[in-house]
Amino acid sequence: MTKKQDANTDNKPLVDFAVGIGGAAGQGIATPGNILARIFARRGLNLNAYNAYQSLIRGGHTFLTIRASDGPVRSMGDSLDVMVPLNQDTMDRHLGIMPSGSSVIYDEAKITPEDTPEGVQLCPLPIKELIVGNKLAANTVAVAVVLNMLGIEFDDLADALERIFSRKGKAVVESNMEIAQRGYDYAADNFSSFPYKAPRLSKGLAVVTGNEAAGMGALAAGVKFYAAYPMSPSTGVLMYIAQHARELGVMVRQVEDEIGVMNMVIGAAHAGCRAMCATSGGGFALMTEAIGMSGMIETPIVCIDVQRAGPATGVPTKTEQGDLWQLLGAGQGDYQKFIVAPVSQTDLFNTIPELFNLTDRYQCPGLVLSDLLISEGTSTVDPDDLNWQPDIDRGKMIFPDGSANDNPYGGYNDNDYLRYANTESGISPRAVPGVPGHIHVAASDEHDEDGTLISDEFTNPHKRRMMVEKRARKMETVLDEIDPPELVGPNDASATLVGFGSTWGVILEAIEKLAAEDEIVVNQLHVKWIVPFHADVISSILADSKKIIIVENNYSGQFARYLRSETGIKGDAHIRKYDGEPFMPHHIVDGIKAILEDQTDLYVPTHEMMV
Amino acid sequence: MTTTTTAADIVEKSIISNGIPLSNVEVTRDSYKGKIDPDWCPGCGDFGVLTAMQKALVELGKQPHECITISGIGCSSNLPGFINTYGMHTLHGRALAVATGMKMANHELTVMVTGGDGDGFGIGGNHFLHTMRRNVDLTYIVMDNQIYGLTTGQTSPTSALGMQTKSTPEGNLENPINPMPLAMVGGATFVARAYTGQQAHLVDILKQAIDHKGFSLVDVFSPCVTYNKDNTYQWFKSRVKKLEDSGHDRTDFHSALDKGYMWGDEIPIGVFWQREDLPTLNDLEPVLDEGGPLAYRTLGITKTQSDSLMAEMM
Ligand SMILES: Cc1ncc(C[n+]2csc(CCOP(=O)(O)OP(=O)(O)O)c2C)c(N)n1
Ligand code: SF4
Ligand SMILES: [Mg+2]
Repeated sequence: MTKKQDANTDNKPLVDFAVGIGGAAGQGIATPGNILARIFARRGLNLNAYNAYQSLIRGGHTFLTIRASDGPVRSMGDSLDVMVPLNQDTMDRHLGIMPSGSSVIYDEAKITPEDTPEGVQLCPLPIKELIVGNKLAANTVAVAVVLNMLGIEFDDLADALERIFSRKGKAVVESNMEIAQRGYDYAADNFSSFPYKAPRLSKGLAVVTGNEAAGMGALAAGVKFYAAYPMSPSTGVLMYIAQHARELGVMVRQVEDEIGVMNMVIGAAHAGCRAMCATSGGGFALMTEAIGMSGMIETPIVCIDVQRAGPATGVPTKTEQGDLWQLLGAGQGDYQKFIVAPVSQTDLFNTIPELFNLTDRYQCPGLVLSDLLISEGTSTVDPDDLNWQPDIDRGKMIFPDGSANDNPYGGYNDNDYLRYANTESGISPRAVPGVPGHIHVAASDEHDEDGTLISDEFTNPHKRRMMVEKRARKMETVLDEIDPPELVGPNDASATLVGFGSTWGVILEAIEKLAAEDEIVVNQLHVKWIVPFHADVISSILADSKKIIIVENNYSGQFARYLRSETGIKGDAHIRKYDGEPFMPHHIVDGIKAILEDQTDLYVPTHEMMV
Repeated sequence: MTTTTTAADIVEKSIISNGIPLSNVEVTRDSYKGKIDPDWCPGCGDFGVLTAMQKALVELGKQPHECITISGIGCSSNLPGFINTYGMHTLHGRALAVATGMKMANHELTVMVTGGDGDGFGIGGNHFLHTMRRNVDLTYIVMDNQIYGLTTGQTSPTSALGMQTKSTPEGNLENPINPMPLAMVGGATFVARAYTGQQAHLVDILKQAIDHKGFSLVDVFSPCVTYNKDNTYQWFKSRVKKLEDSGHDRTDFHSALDKGYMWGDEIPIGVFWQREDLPTLNDLEPVLDEGGPLAYRTLGITKTQSDSLMAEMM
């Protein structure tokens, strides 16, 4: 824990604590995790939860870290204050790195601690006595103990149990309630609490995973067609949308493969829907030919790539930022597209409607570069930060009844209609099938303004050039529509940390930690929009930087190479991690120190937790 | 473009074509004439398929703007450019996936998919199987020339055993697919074979296929005069025999399968199999129960809806 309750003088957080729950897959880590997260969030605490797991349904080792604070929480943090090992393996893996002042809660009949570090409070529980026969409630005891030690009133737990178990009937609720009370009292009598109390703030927060945020953003954006082929860590989007599809009039299709997914999405989009899909790197690879078709026929779609550690099947349950160049190079040929790397769950939500507006206006595919860390990670979200009724701008579309947002093109019956008219802006009004007087063919072959294949007459180099330029021209002014990245922190810092996408929060926390603990001042330039890229803005900001340190979750420095290709700027030093686990703030702190002390210009942290 | 258009103007304009309300425009062969003339080799079987499709649509009284023709890649897949309906000329093998998205997003359109044997049974084989089992309400017209035409004459999934092609100069070692039994077993609800050389019969089958509610396959023998010297008009002429002439019952699955397997000196053409008792995918999809085509609906969700979604997360 970093701050004590009485230290709240200059708006610093009162509390900042992390709870770890670990066990084998199938031991039911999710439920206690959920109960704790919901209770913290209802009290208004921010939280971040990260589940380190493996591609197993049973067995193995799963470790959930929930960090909460009344201040901002942007990463899983650096260490644990409480650990709840559900099996001996978890105890053995993690006990050694528990810091002084922390507590470890476990079933004394099943688990024995060895080599307990100094200052760690061991909290053995006589689980068998406490649960009196209800084996399923063992984890409820642990939750009650944690809450007691955090000074959280029993009522909060009672509320949560009521909500979670009410489906299973009154008897289950009551049994859990009794057992929880016994655990709660046992903790009060036998263990020392934390030196602070988790506060209750005025406003409750929502708890969402990134996959849920993406699904929610899609619903807000007006997605009517969602297709997918299941692939970790992207499947949560499919499940969230499928869960709400009927009531909200959204069609969901599970398709035979990702090739079919993207082509089906394009078919629905071409009909006039906002259509979306999500996948991970392997599925994305199968989609790329069709994504190029979306660019060629100028039918907009949105696709999320939730990156996992690759290549090939890779590590399905681990995170990485290794698909940047796959997205940049997706599909053959030159074509226009957007690539955006949201920085948090909230940002992911709000990015989807923004991206749909852009892809509709510019008539090309929009690709979202997320990763396991954001998409399967859980975070609290302030409901006021989610714009559920965003402006919807479909650009120049022509519908049969002219109703598309009162689009002035609506309903015209123009016999000279050219779907791919070579306009000044490069954007050509798009009639959807079914509109009288606008018949045309959308062809993945190069085509003329009216849609005729150029190879149907003779392959005319002038026409080919004209159409290539028409499509490219669309993007000439698009940078003005998108917020450029900003430098965060003082100008005269000793270094600038540059990253993209999901590492935003952990980099920011590393910077804060460095300033607080070591009085080293570094600033941050974080990039969200990959294509189009604000090369000029970025170049001018970085021109003043004393040392450019590029932080990324991959081996080869994919972002560093991209930055160099777009700006000519070669980073001075790099911090990279590619072991499957996300950065923790101290990894970056250690890297910055090593780099500023000239020990290295490539720092690769070691992940201490064996998860 | 910020022309101010009143709602009345819009309605007016959308129903008037050359001063005549569209619903009253008489549909003729000309209505379906494409922007450009086909560039197939003279004598190519695909000409007959195009003509038959146009005739069928005219006879069914369909309005061109209510139809869409979606193809993959190949000589045969160039067809959408030659017919005046909405069209998509997609990727090699992917037409059925695109068409499923199209049909589900706008179930009021008449969706036709055209392509070759390589496109549909080779690279697109996976989509073929799954589109059939889903009973997507569309008509799939395969111009089966038992060869890869556009890539200048390699073996195809329907090339006969032993056939010499540019990729099998010593003869094809692999057994061909027989699309008839494959489609019947795969769940297609209308399975027919036709021959481009018998126009009236082909037109009649296409009309039935387009009218059929559900997935209909019409595999049309459509000789490639340039690259397939084995399966020529001559070859088909003596072999194709109309099922109708032998009194086939298209609702008898086992008899349909037996007839479907027949190959050699006598090759049946006609409707092998049809069942009308299965709902289509769009019939089954509750989201389409009311509100018209998905593609034309208002976007976004209401505050009440979003509040309830948020409440789940609190
Ligand atoms: C992904 C991909 N692979 C290969 C090709 C090359 N290609 C174009 S058409 C074709 C085969 C066409 O055969 P078929 O579908 O039978 O059509 P036909 O030309 O005989 O009418 C091939 C292999 C392609 N366009 N795309
Ligand atoms: S190559 Fe064969 S299939 Fe292609 S157009 Fe010529 S005859 Fe027809
Ligand atoms: Mg062929």
